[in-house]
Amino acid sequence: MSNLIKGETGEWEVVIGLEIHAQVVSNAKLFSGAATAFGAEPNTQVSFVDAGFPGMLPVINRFCVEQAIKTGLGIEGKVNETSVFDRKNYFYADLPQGYQISQYQQPIVSGGTVQLDMKDGSTRKIGVTRLHLEQDAGKSLHDQHPSQSYIDLNRSGVALMEIVSEPEMRSAEEAGAYIKKLRSILRYLGTCDGNMEEGSLRCDCNVSVRKPGAAFGTRTETKNVNSVRYVMQAIEYEARRQIEVIEGGGEIKQETRLFDPNKGTTRPMRSKEHAHDYRYFPDPDLLPLELDPKWIADLKNGLPELPDARKARYVADYKLTPYDAGVLVAEQETAQFYETVAKGRDPKLAANWVTTELFGALNRTGKAIQDSPVTARALGGLIDLISDGTISGRIAKEVFEAMVETGKEAAAIVEEKGLRQVSDTGAIEKAIDEVMAKNQDKVAEYRAGKDKLLGFFVGQTMKATGGKANPAMLNDLLKKKLAG
Amino acid sequence: MSLDKDTVRKVATLARIKVPDADLDNMAKELSGVLGWIEQLNEVDVTGVEPMTSVAKMKLTMRADDVTDGGDAETVTQNAPEGAHGFFVVPKVVE
Repeated sequence: MSNLIKGETGEWEVVIGLEIHAQVVSNAKLFSGAATAFGAEPNTQVSFVDAGFPGMLPVINRFCVEQAIKTGLGIEGKVNETSVFDRKNYFYADLPQGYQISQYQQPIVSGGTVQLDMKDGSTRKIGVTRLHLEQDAGKSLHDQHPSQSYIDLNRSGVALMEIVSEPEMRSAEEAGAYIKKLRSILRYLGTCDGNMEEGSLRCDCNVSVRKPGAAFGTRTETKNVNSVRYVMQAIEYEARRQIEVIEGGGEIKQETRLFDPNKGTTRPMRSKEHAHDYRYFPDPDLLPLELDPKWIADLKNGLPELPDARKARYVADYKLTPYDAGVLVAEQETAQFYETVAKGRDPKLAANWVTTELFGALNRTGKAIQDSPVTARALGGLIDLISDGTISGRIAKEVFEAMVETGKEAAAIVEEKGLRQVSDTGAIEKAIDEVMAKNQDKVAEYRAGKDKLLGFFVGQTMKATGGKANPAMLNDLLKKKLAG
Repeated sequence: MSLDKDTVRKVATLARIKVPDADLDNMAKELSGVLGWIEQLNEVDVTGVEPMTSVAKMKLTMRADDVTDGGDAETVTQNAPEGAHGFFVVPKVVE
């Protein structure tokens, strides 16, 4: 599969690195005791520390540190026993301190790996450069007043993990897969809820293009893209724009850009002259963060089974395809649901029902798997009816639809609607005889060698039995009778 | 290290401090003096000495993940030059 983009002067390679800001799941903020819940009334979750009042001192939240360690371990990074908090200085109305407490030269986690699951079932490892802890800024609302901005500091001081990837992705699709996998790992760990709509996961995309094998080109950074689809759109657009500029004889400026979700385009941010002079220095209010190796080891021992391991288990134990396994393990809730359905049943059949019929029904009804109209136990019951021959796979789909609508058990619906499969040879033979009697011309054609007509007879007989005939038996008997 | 006028102007801009052009030369001289004085520390050989982060032998204190603060938008915003509906209000900053 080639990821290259065709331009006028030949093929181009896109080089992508992502910076993900993941909001840490915690009750209180990184350096203050104010709450972090989403959607509270403005400025009701603000302490004097978060509002940058003079003389206030930050005190670090141990649990936020723990969450960062767990995440570092979850992406197979190296957790540094000593890391340092620095001040990143800039002025903005929603940053009352005048600096963001972040980590610069000595982050809490160095290195790491995220494994991408591609559509064709292949995998690819993308390196993580670092993960560091930092404070979030407040929120500015610019659309409430013609000449003023409104500032809400509820988010100010909430803990973020900034996770920086190596520039190792080569297509928008890979970037999408990277975010999905990272989000999946964060959710398994319970360290970030991954909710992009609420801004708990935000993405900055670094994109450049080059001729295959050439040195890296100049990159642009598109800020704060807040859905997987938008990230992919922003990258596609940015890559094509850069190719056009270069092929038109122009040069790419290293700049910060904004994504416009309505148009699917990016445009340069109106940046101030010295916007990037952050003048980092160690925060004198905070001593270095020193971690007890035993603490790290204990957290490592307590890690849950992560998506990659679970996927490998599904492939090995359940003999699922890597693709299906990847789909099933992406969300913990789905994996849990699947395991309940598969328990004591044919795991492949269970996987098919979950990924096709159930996902289809959830999509149609707009429900999450936790609120599925058909429970895992009920779906298991339906599969049992298929396995023991009570109903055919085709009828099962009809039963499933009724289950979605009524919430009833499969067995009850089969009884109510009289859908029990006809495995009675006599009844099927009778139906075949009738069909053959009505279509004597076609019987003659079949016997004269027109084999394709078998499908016609199967269809007609199935119809005559209301779809309830056991398909295998029907096929056998029909072939025998037609052969004469 | 001595600072020139342009550097002082840039530092002032970054710090959002308005320095009249007429004061720049004098300020450059003063700041260069301060830096020169501090640079004397470079004369000390600290090879093999661990960086000291605190005078007292202290470790970073941590707190539990409990909500112990906030819930008082009125007090937090009461000194703001302008406010509305619980928000701080500032001149429009558009990006």
